[in-house]
Amino acid sequence: MAEGQQVRKIPAPQPNLETQPFWDACAEGKLLIKKCNACGEVHFYPRAHCPFCFSADTSWQPASGDAVIYTYSVMRRGAPVPYAIAYVTLAEGPTMMTNIVDCDLNGIKIGQKVRLVFKPSEGGPPVPCFAPV
Amino acid sequence: MSIKGKSYIIGVFEHPTRLATDKTIPQLHAECARGAIEDAGITKDDIDGYFCAAGDMSGLGALSMIDYLGLKLKHWDSTDTGGSSYLLQVGHAAEAVAAGKCNIALITLAGRPRAEGMQTGTAPRAPANPMPESGFEFPYGPATANMYAMCAMRHMHQFGTTSEQLAWVKVAASHHAQYNEHAMLRDVVTVEDVVNSPMIADPLHRLDCCVISDGGGAIILARPEIARSLKRPKVKVIGTGEGPKNQYGGKLDLTYSGAVVSGPIAFAEAGVKPADIKYASIYDSFTITVVMQIEDLGFCEKGQGGKFVSDGNLISGTGKLPFNTDGGGLCNNHPSNRGGLTKVVEAVRQLRGEAHPAVQVRNCDIALAHGTGGSLGTRHGAATVIMERE
Repeated sequence: MAEGQQVRKIPAPQPNLETQPFWDACAEGKLLIKKCNACGEVHFYPRAHCPFCFSADTSWQPASGDAVIYTYSVMRRGAPVPYAIAYVTLAEGPTMMTNIVDCDLNGIKIGQKVRLVFKPSEGGPPVPCFAPV
Repeated sequence: MSIKGKSYIIGVFEHPTRLATDKTIPQLHAECARGAIEDAGITKDDIDGYFCAAGDMSGLGALSMIDYLGLKLKHWDSTDTGGSSYLLQVGHAAEAVAAGKCNIALITLAGRPRAEGMQTGTAPRAPANPMPESGFEFPYGPATANMYAMCAMRHMHQFGTTSEQLAWVKVAASHHAQYNEHAMLRDVVTVEDVVNSPMIADPLHRLDCCVISDGGGAIILARPEIARSLKRPKVKVIGTGEGPKNQYGGKLDLTYSGAVVSGPIAFAEAGVKPADIKYASIYDSFTITVVMQIEDLGFCEKGQGGKFVSDGNLISGTGKLPFNTDGGGLCNNHPSNRGGLTKVVEAVRQLRGEAHPAVQVRNCDIALAHGTGGSLGTRHGAATVIMERE
């Protein structure tokens, strides 16, 4: 995106007791996912309990930040500026909702490789977004 | 235990208003209830079961409406899955009647998003209280249109579905709406009209989206012997099913809907196959919603929905699967942003032979109503209802 072009303001996420470590890590530029110590599966969004085997023994793992676009849509009405919402599949497996940023919104494609980048939110921690590699 | 044949739909009503600036929401609920009571030929005091979705009245939903309407009840339920609530509620009411928990169950829907100027499809809705997923979704601007659009984008990528194929869904709905004097949009449109309408959220155009309207409706179910004592045509509930769909901890697949669960359950209970369905009401919040649900209900193979809906195949009189002969959410009405109730109403009209003559399906003996509530792109509740004319 060109310098000085208006970008969408991102509402602040609201961390809670389960997700505070996730947002604290975002503030340090790291993306965390949850891994189940019982079944070994990783999941997203992060929970205290594994949604697969229902073990309560889960731990935070750093994600590489590499991902591929699963799907996306550019919102062209109703917002002050167009923005791209997307689901990206992380190299570690889980697919997460995000925004595709720092690019020509008309050039986004499913299957495109993207890389983690953090964007400020309004009054909250920075939010993990992705930009084409 | 099966609910097959243990309850009948004895009364239905669709509120004619599409803009209710002069009425309150409880007043609309009451007008809808009165309409269905008069259609059935019963009195209010015959009703002993009531279903009102939690989201259709603030506070404790049904409790305020039970008080306002002056109902004397033995059974009630506030199940809410958004627009499909009323399809689940038909199933729950059929269960309650079959189990003897109530004899006559009323379901109402009412709302006025248009009068209140709600930006229904394009504004992300901030939750009053955070849900567990909120922090991981709301910052990214998930509105209604762009979430369904992401399903359409993936469907196109994976199966080769085109904008022109999606447009045929709207074209069929518009062909039906021209005969409905209450429909918001009565002009017949072409595939070109749809694909040339403004882009809302890629790849969905304005005419891929349903209308925003006020109003509501009501449905009344009753025990078989009560239905037989009334003068109206008999519409029997023979199968119901429901199925949630979500993101499965990140193992996301946006190419299918909860109909893959609800459909087979309802068909098995009814003892019929998709080929037996003469008329289908399919929730049409967006054109892609119809394509995915038609595939998932087994009317065609997965991925072939775009091809299936093309060339007028959903138009009554010419197509193989006449759908939404009232014009559906795409053209007629989407009261309170919730289209599940009117899906049942039009299916009942078809089974009674009371649809508009230009769209009435001949020998319509078995009909299906199906819907998806919540968001196709995140979490939703699907429900299927199969009904038979007796």
